[in-house]
Amino acid sequence: MSFDFILPLAVLMTSFVTGIIILMIDEARVTARTILNLTGAVVKMLLVGVMLWGVFRGHNYETRIPFLPNMDLVLRADGMTILFSTLSAGLWLLTTIYAIGYLEGSPNRRRFFGYFSFCVTATMGVSLAGNLVTFFLFYEMLTLTTYPLVVHRGTEKSMQAGTSYLAYTLGGSALILAGMVWLYGIAGPFDFMEAGALGSMHEKYHGQLSVIFLLLMFGLGVKAAIFPLHAWLPQAMVAPAPVSALLHAVAVVKAGAFGMVRVVYDVYGIAFCHQMNLLFLFMVMASITILYGSLRALVQDDFKRRLAFSTVSQVSYILLGITMFGPMGTIGGLVHLVHQGVMKITMFFCAGNIAETLHLHKISELKGVGRRMPLTMGAFTVAALGMIGVPPLAGFISKWHLGLGAVESGHTWVLIVLALSSLLNAAYFLPILRTAWFDKPDGPWNETHPRGRFETGLWLLIPPVTTAALTILIGLFAGSIFSPIRWAYLIVGREY
Amino acid sequence: MNITHLYGLAGVLLLAIGMYGVLIQPHLLKKLLSLNIASGGVFLLMVALAFRGESPDPVPHALVLTGIVISVSATAYAVALAARIYRATGRASLDQTGGDRS
Amino acid sequence: MTSLLQQPEVWLVAVPVLAACVSFAMNGRARLAVVIPVIVFVSMAMALTTWKLSDSGAYIHQIGGWIAPLGISWRIDGLAVVMLLLTTLVGAGVSVYSLAYFGDSREERHRERYFWPLWFFLWGSLNAIFLSNDIFNWYVSLELSGLAAVALITLSNKPEALTGGMRYLILALSASLFYLLGVSLLYGQYGTLDLDGLANVIERQHLTMTAMAVMTIGMAIKAALFPVHFWLPPAHANAPSPVSAVLSALVVKGGFYIQLRLMTELWPIDMTVALSNGLGLLGGAAIIWGSYHAIRQSHLKPLIAYSTVAQLGYLFLMFPLMTIGWWADNDWSSRAWAGGIYQALSHGLAKASLFLSAGVLIHARGSDNLEGLRGLGERLPMTATAMALAGISLMGIPPGAGFIAKWLMLTVAMSSGQWLWAGIMIVGGLMAVGYLFRIFRRLMTTSDEGDYHRPSRIMEYAALYLAILSIAFGLSSLPVFELLKHGATSLLGTYLGVTP
Repeated sequence: MSFDFILPLAVLMTSFVTGIIILMIDEARVTARTILNLTGAVVKMLLVGVMLWGVFRGHNYETRIPFLPNMDLVLRADGMTILFSTLSAGLWLLTTIYAIGYLEGSPNRRRFFGYFSFCVTATMGVSLAGNLVTFFLFYEMLTLTTYPLVVHRGTEKSMQAGTSYLAYTLGGSALILAGMVWLYGIAGPFDFMEAGALGSMHEKYHGQLSVIFLLLMFGLGVKAAIFPLHAWLPQAMVAPAPVSALLHAVAVVKAGAFGMVRVVYDVYGIAFCHQMNLLFLFMVMASITILYGSLRALVQDDFKRRLAFSTVSQVSYILLGITMFGPMGTIGGLVHLVHQGVMKITMFFCAGNIAETLHLHKISELKGVGRRMPLTMGAFTVAALGMIGVPPLAGFISKWHLGLGAVESGHTWVLIVLALSSLLNAAYFLPILRTAWFDKPDGPWNETHPRGRFETGLWLLIPPVTTAALTILIGLFAGSIFSPIRWAYLIVGREY
Repeated sequence: MNITHLYGLAGVLLLAIGMYGVLIQPHLLKKLLSLNIASGGVFLLMVALAFRGESPDPVPHALVLTGIVISVSATAYAVALAARIYRATGRASLDQTGGDRS
Repeated sequence: MTSLLQQPEVWLVAVPVLAACVSFAMNGRARLAVVIPVIVFVSMAMALTTWKLSDSGAYIHQIGGWIAPLGISWRIDGLAVVMLLLTTLVGAGVSVYSLAYFGDSREERHRERYFWPLWFFLWGSLNAIFLSNDIFNWYVSLELSGLAAVALITLSNKPEALTGGMRYLILALSASLFYLLGVSLLYGQYGTLDLDGLANVIERQHLTMTAMAVMTIGMAIKAALFPVHFWLPPAHANAPSPVSAVLSALVVKGGFYIQLRLMTELWPIDMTVALSNGLGLLGGAAIIWGSYHAIRQSHLKPLIAYSTVAQLGYLFLMFPLMTIGWWADNDWSSRAWAGGIYQALSHGLAKASLFLSAGVLIHARGSDNLEGLRGLGERLPMTATAMALAGISLMGIPPGAGFIAKWLMLTVAMSSGQWLWAGIMIVGGLMAVGYLFRIFRRLMTTSDEGDYHRPSRIMEYAALYLAILSIAFGLSSLPVFELLKHGATSLLGTYLGVTP
């Protein structure tokens, strides 16, 4: 049992064990739970940090546990793992802080934080999985552990959202299972490999491999909310804000997108996919989703629903990037995985703050909120401008590389999609900013909590301000050694 | 056709009659009687099969004895159960009382 | 004493039967003093048997030293030990659970007085089925287990339980008669009852075909295969909860086990192909039909009982998957065989846990109406967790043990191009999600209405123990496969690493 074997397991256990202990201690012991939560999150950050440093130096961390005859469960840290797990570990810490403030005094917090920890475990597992079976195990764990969070409020509406969430995602899982079993049947057991594990398959299998590719990608497309498989996402917005923030900005949709990255790059290999003409269909679907999500977002008045449709649109940038055959597109897609997470979580934090502090849920009600909550709206503004793609913020970096990728791969029509989408982004985000900053409030604020020293609770304020700052920093310092874009370059260097 | 075949056919016939009764008789006692007729058929067949040469094979006899013991105790239990069903529901049949109406 | 330690398998039957007599004589008093030693001794015997098997490979035990054809032989190989392991694990859980299950009223004491002897007797006769290597001995053990099971069902004293038990009794007796008819036909032709002895001399002919047909009918009824499953839901749903657990987890497996042994060891393989496909079709129909009815139930225990009908269907899907590989030069038969046995194991653990949890919930609310479960998740988090874990295994989602089973069977179905079976298995998994989440979503709701009575912690722990096992066997399947290797033919053991 070497350190290299233990580390990936330890990264999972920090949140898994935390979850179990939280479920076991009494509902009323708030302090103990808070300490546990924060300790778990911080320790996980540190462990991921160690892993990042090791992988950067070319070290190989791998946990391999026999599962079936000839088949292992594999946890392995590679470049992509680091990209995704650093994002999740960091945002988990912030979201935990946020959730502690957000849920103060509400019932069933034990269940919430317990399953919240399991969700993060599952997300980490998805990022660390070293083969399809392991990936599938954690992917399913993510589905099941998210369910209690989606239905957390226990109302009829949240129950319906939960049911629709399950129906969509488990339907998708059935497709993945079918594709995976089929693939193992013809290819035997294999692990994820940089530049693809299937490139050497005999030509007579190419027809079957194409069908399997479609099964896997459409199965994963459900969680990644690709049109027309996206309907569960806006419905799931009935969940509490921290759930919307972490799960819908990061864990669930990203697990789908990340799975697609794994299938395209580490199972099939991008060159092999390109050779079999499998990529174009998904480029088109991603483009449709980008435009469709933005158009739907345009007409939503409910704040969280507008953000949800914006997520539908933004997540497809990742798919668009990774299906363009060329390093620049790939870099754009991968880096957007991180950038979109940081920006979108900021927005959900802000929406949650406004809902929690002032009980405003509709965009038309936000008049003058900027004067009452300048820090929150400031953070939101940064994130929104980032999403639109204003330089030098994070979103600009993504879009720039996507644009380069489009030119490089010869699909110049994608540039039009990107331009249109940016226009649409501006069209649905700028009115929010105008309403919040420049309109006069209709009347006195409907506040239940007395106003403290800050515009809202400190627990609620720190996370969005931090992520907004990150949005600026990873844009400004894109050239520095630990920026996401550098990691994306590193990964792409190994994949092509 | 020799005597063994005759016994054998009679046994199978009894089994068929018994099973038919189990299926169509609604009254529990009649069902149980039919079951006993059916098991009598199987036992007859087994005894008949014991005679396969000059001397009879003792093993089927032992088997039939075991079978009879089981059959007697099962019937005794079933009759007691039927009586309890009659006391509990006022009927001596299985119809319209099962919980299996989905 | 040393010879008793050298033959631990004897204790697997002797200890429960002895305990049945003792607890009957003791009028149900001092139950702790009986139950705990039984669990300890059976577990020890099980451990020793497993150790003996892994140490020296599969072996034959001649009861009383009498040699076949006169004596009765037991066969201790991988398959038998895995099934015995299931009865031991479930038996221990159910016994502990039952210590707390019965109340203090006079009527409850009366029920408990008969529960223990009957349950120990059932336990012993089930172990006898799994050990036996003799087709007539199977008949005797089946009858014993059937009678004990019916008596246990009727303990709950509800009219539905009485009629459900009666229907089960009549069907079980008829099934045994069909089986016995087959036994006498086989004995008439070949003059032996020993499975190995028969397998050496059996050949394809009309009377053998007839025997195969009637014995299959008998075992299909016993294992509640669609369309002769109709006795199962009323019987399992109305029995006392620990009894439901044993019936669904173990008793129906007895019929399946005999069918499996006959199919793989007795019948000439060219006779089994058409039969296997027929059994597979019925199994597939059972999955769809059982799941559909489970989705439509308004009460908890009938829902779980219909889920048993569906899950038993998977067991019969293994037969066509196995026969497709009879003549193929690969590991398909072996995978299907291992997968089917794993399904028996995983379903046993998960379903026992689910029924035990159902008993806890019914105890808490006083009714098993699904609507009454609202809000219980927060009050009984341990039971909710147990149900969730067992549910994961039943749905065939990793890391549940059910996933291993479905994975193996699915790989065979898809590699051999049998899309029908693959499709049914995947749809069946989704339908399982459908009916199980009807329970979970009610447990999740916050509104909490109705009576509440705190159930015993011991019951909750017992259910959780089985649920954790159903996950543990999903995380580490290799020990089971290591056991299964012993005594497996090279055809059935290829995947597990058995070499000719």
